[in-house]
Amino acid sequence: MEVTTSWYLALGAVLFTIGAVGLLVRRNPLVMFMCVELMLNAVNLTFVAFGAALGDLGGQVSVFFVLVVAAAEVVVGLGLVVAVARRKPGATADDITLLRG
Amino acid sequence: MVEVIVFVACAAVVLGGAVGVVVSRNPVHSALSLVATLFGIAVLFVSLEAHLLAAVQVIVYAGAIVILFLFVIMLLGVDRAEDLETEPIAGQRVLAVASGIGILGASLLAFFALAGDDLITGQPGAIQAITDEVPNVEAVGELLFTDYIAAFEITGVLLTIAVVAAVLMVRKPPASVVEDDEPPNALEEVELTRQAASDAAAQARAEAEAEAEAAAAERKAAAADDTEQADEADDEDKAEVD
Amino acid sequence: MVELVWLIPALPLVGFLVLVFFGRRLGEPVAGWLGTVTVSLSFLVAVVVYFGLRTQPDRTYEVSFFTWIPAGRFQVDFGFLLDPLSMTMVLFVTGIAALIHLYSIGYMHGDRDFPRFFTYLNLFVFSMLMLVLGDNLVLTFLGWEGVGACSYFLVSFWFTKDANASAGKKAFITNRIGDWGFMVGIFAAFFAFGTVKYTEMLPLAPGLAVGAATFIAAMLLIGAIGKSAQFPLFVWLPDAMVGPTPVSALIHAATMVTAGVYLLVRVNPVLAASADWLPQLIAWLGVLTALFAATIAIAQTDIKKVLAYSTISQLGYMFLAVGTGAYAAAIFHMITHAFFKALMFLGAGSVIHGMHDEQDMRRMGALRKVMPITAGTFLVGALAISGVPPFSGFWSKDEILSFALHDNPALYVVGLFTAGLTAFYIFRLVFMTFYGDARWGASIDAEIAAKEAHMVGADDTEVADGAEPEPSAVAVLTDTHHDDHHGGAPHESPWPMTVPLVVLAIGAAFMGFINLPFSSSLEFLTNWLEPVTGANETVFELSTAKLLAELAISTTVALLGITLAYFVYLRHKLDPKRIELPFFAHGWHIDSSIAAFAGGPGRKLFELASLFDRVVIDGAVNGVGRATRGGAARLRHVQSGYVRAYALMIAIGAVLIVAFVLTQVTF
Repeated sequence: MEVTTSWYLALGAVLFTIGAVGLLVRRNPLVMFMCVELMLNAVNLTFVAFGAALGDLGGQVSVFFVLVVAAAEVVVGLGLVVAVARRKPGATADDITLLRG
Repeated sequence: MVEVIVFVACAAVVLGGAVGVVVSRNPVHSALSLVATLFGIAVLFVSLEAHLLAAVQVIVYAGAIVILFLFVIMLLGVDRAEDLETEPIAGQRVLAVASGIGILGASLLAFFALAGDDLITGQPGAIQAITDEVPNVEAVGELLFTDYIAAFEITGVLLTIAVVAAVLMVRKPPASVVEDDEPPNALEEVELTRQAASDAAAQARAEAEAEAEAAAAERKAAAADDTEQADEADDEDKAEVD
Repeated sequence: MVELVWLIPALPLVGFLVLVFFGRRLGEPVAGWLGTVTVSLSFLVAVVVYFGLRTQPDRTYEVSFFTWIPAGRFQVDFGFLLDPLSMTMVLFVTGIAALIHLYSIGYMHGDRDFPRFFTYLNLFVFSMLMLVLGDNLVLTFLGWEGVGACSYFLVSFWFTKDANASAGKKAFITNRIGDWGFMVGIFAAFFAFGTVKYTEMLPLAPGLAVGAATFIAAMLLIGAIGKSAQFPLFVWLPDAMVGPTPVSALIHAATMVTAGVYLLVRVNPVLAASADWLPQLIAWLGVLTALFAATIAIAQTDIKKVLAYSTISQLGYMFLAVGTGAYAAAIFHMITHAFFKALMFLGAGSVIHGMHDEQDMRRMGALRKVMPITAGTFLVGALAISGVPPFSGFWSKDEILSFALHDNPALYVVGLFTAGLTAFYIFRLVFMTFYGDARWGASIDAEIAAKEAHMVGADDTEVADGAEPEPSAVAVLTDTHHDDHHGGAPHESPWPMTVPLVVLAIGAAFMGFINLPFSSSLEFLTNWLEPVTGANETVFELSTAKLLAELAISTTVALLGITLAYFVYLRHKLDPKRIELPFFAHGWHIDSSIAAFAGGPGRKLFELASLFDRVVIDGAVNGVGRATRGGAARLRHVQSGYVRAYALMIAIGAVLIVAFVLTQVTF
């Protein structure tokens, strides 16, 4: 039995699914962020797997950039969470409904 | 053989951590589970010959981002357990699970049933082929600073902007900036009532303190009187004795 | 010479424009002379153009000025078709219009709206010329609408009186019903032929399917019925007599009302291609209208009303001719009718002017002694209309009756009987007005004034009810513009009024000789019109004996009518009450039944229509709005404000898209 590319892809798919479901189900904003990180990691894994299969370094370079953007996103996102939580301590994702129709 | 064992072990760690992130009540537990997942992913990167990425993953993701998460958790005190039993939005959980299964099913279908042997459809070695002559770190570094230099610089700018944004967002606006003619919205109202409450509390404390001081002064005065009287009595006694 | 045709309508148009801007400044009588000069010049140009047209191939001349409506397949040019038919119409329209303009200078003297009258008259002449000169249905319709509008302006010229304004509205609205038919006819013609230009569409008519041709012809017939006041759209013409008498003469006798007949003759190829029942219908409609109007005319007491119903009757004869395929005869009668009817209207106007706005014939009598010219010319006109040889009306009417006999003897009998009635009522008018004892004077005035006061009171209450007052001749109409500045006795009219009378009398007397039936070389008009009507004109052999017999019978019937009138109204041997039945006097109660229907059961229909409009149509439109609002109110709950719900929607959408892509992609 050999570890083929499909194994990595399958793992990435499952990880992505878990992250997606977690994002939809959890209300704590920080946990939701962590689920987003899970999804990003799944994508990174997929990139690298394909890069290895094709013998192309482009996959790894893409992951590099994804990493950087994820970091920036976390910075800004957590800043937002702090700003909201300062006004409303104990706020969850369900408490921010001012833009309802 | 070894590869299979490594893969299975890492997969277990990764998935276990992921599930842990999703189901933990305590957000700190979620953060720690996330660290486990990230480590597992890093090992998988190594097995895929992406050494630089594995290192960067551990340093940046596990070493910085998760720490940031923990900082915010501690700062805001959101480590209180979240109520996982109730779900205010009707049908959310069912549909979430359903869409999750859908995504998974679609992906697995694409990988195994439909594609089969023709899974890889891209062109090999379009940018730079992976060779064993140059170490991975050198190779990626070379690529980053030549072909991808523009994107590299832009990400630098992006990070700068993110930092500036974060600083601006968490700054408390000075009192003069707040406009008084607008009626306060819900969030502001909560803050204002809280402030009013704390002001009242402060005032109460001040008053209590003042009272205590006054009482203490009285007692001191009374005590002083007593001692004076006592001194006088003593003096009288002393005089009598003489 | 022919190229000058554009001048013919341009001159009255210039006159109109000058008068509309400067008319009030020019005042009386300059405005009147300006109007008369433009139309007279137009007539002279028409004569010149006539001589030029005679040398053209096929006696036809076409000219196109510019593209008027370029709308894809529907191309309409602004152009003139000058052929024998339009040339004939142009000649007598401009000629008679010029004479009536001259007459109006005298008739409208002293009216404070003198310039406005000539403004409208010039506009009318321009519109009428556009109608007959237009080379396509749309341009004809332009003129058609123009003359309808001018009719409205001129009928309600003294609009400060409610009855006059109402009469104008009635004319316009009734015409509009006919116009609807005309418009549908134009649409159908474009649909069937792909063009509305006469020279392109009429040659295609023989190849047209019977159903299509019948539909087009029927719709155009509706338009003609409205404009030419046939049954049932005739009700506006008697009411239109409230307008100044020159208007009645020009528009409602000589020109506008003939537009319907002109239209039918113009599209005679389409009529020929239609089902057989349609021309039959036209013929019967015409002859029955003629009879119907004649019966009403014998019981009218207002001099203008008699002439109005007489016009309807004579137009019926023209329709009879069209229905039997006698197009040239119809045009012939149109010409002779224009002369003698205009003559009689102007004569009546002269009488009214001389009698200081008196129109009730019961208060006239023996006027030939005081107004000899008027009486003499009027007598010529009366003889012409009665069909007494050798005056013009005899020849034209007999030709129509001849074709009618060939087609269907029943038509002939009705037509002949109506001819007798015509002679009767016209000479009733003549005897009551110009002969007999003078019934005007102080004592009679007092008696009739008392009766009138009673009737005026009845009229006022009727008007207040909202329904139209009985527009029969029981009520008396008056020209209210003349104030009593002459003093008591009636008098002859001034020369601007009597000169046209004489000219028209000459025409009424001798016009008949343009189409004598004795031999084909004498039928100038029929031969002249051959390029237009020749293909579809009914032709039959008439032996000389039969012809002479017909002429004799017509003459006898006419003389019988005159004699009967003589005995009833001059010799008083017979009580007029036995002939002047109230049923006839009230116009067979048609106007009152229309009013009763519109006010009673008709009102229910109208309210139903209004209800339909409010509930169904407005309801549908508003319903769309309400449905949108309702839907939106329900949909806005999707935007619940919960971020996680939005994320769920994104996830579901992503799943669906991926699934779709998977079904499309081939590996």
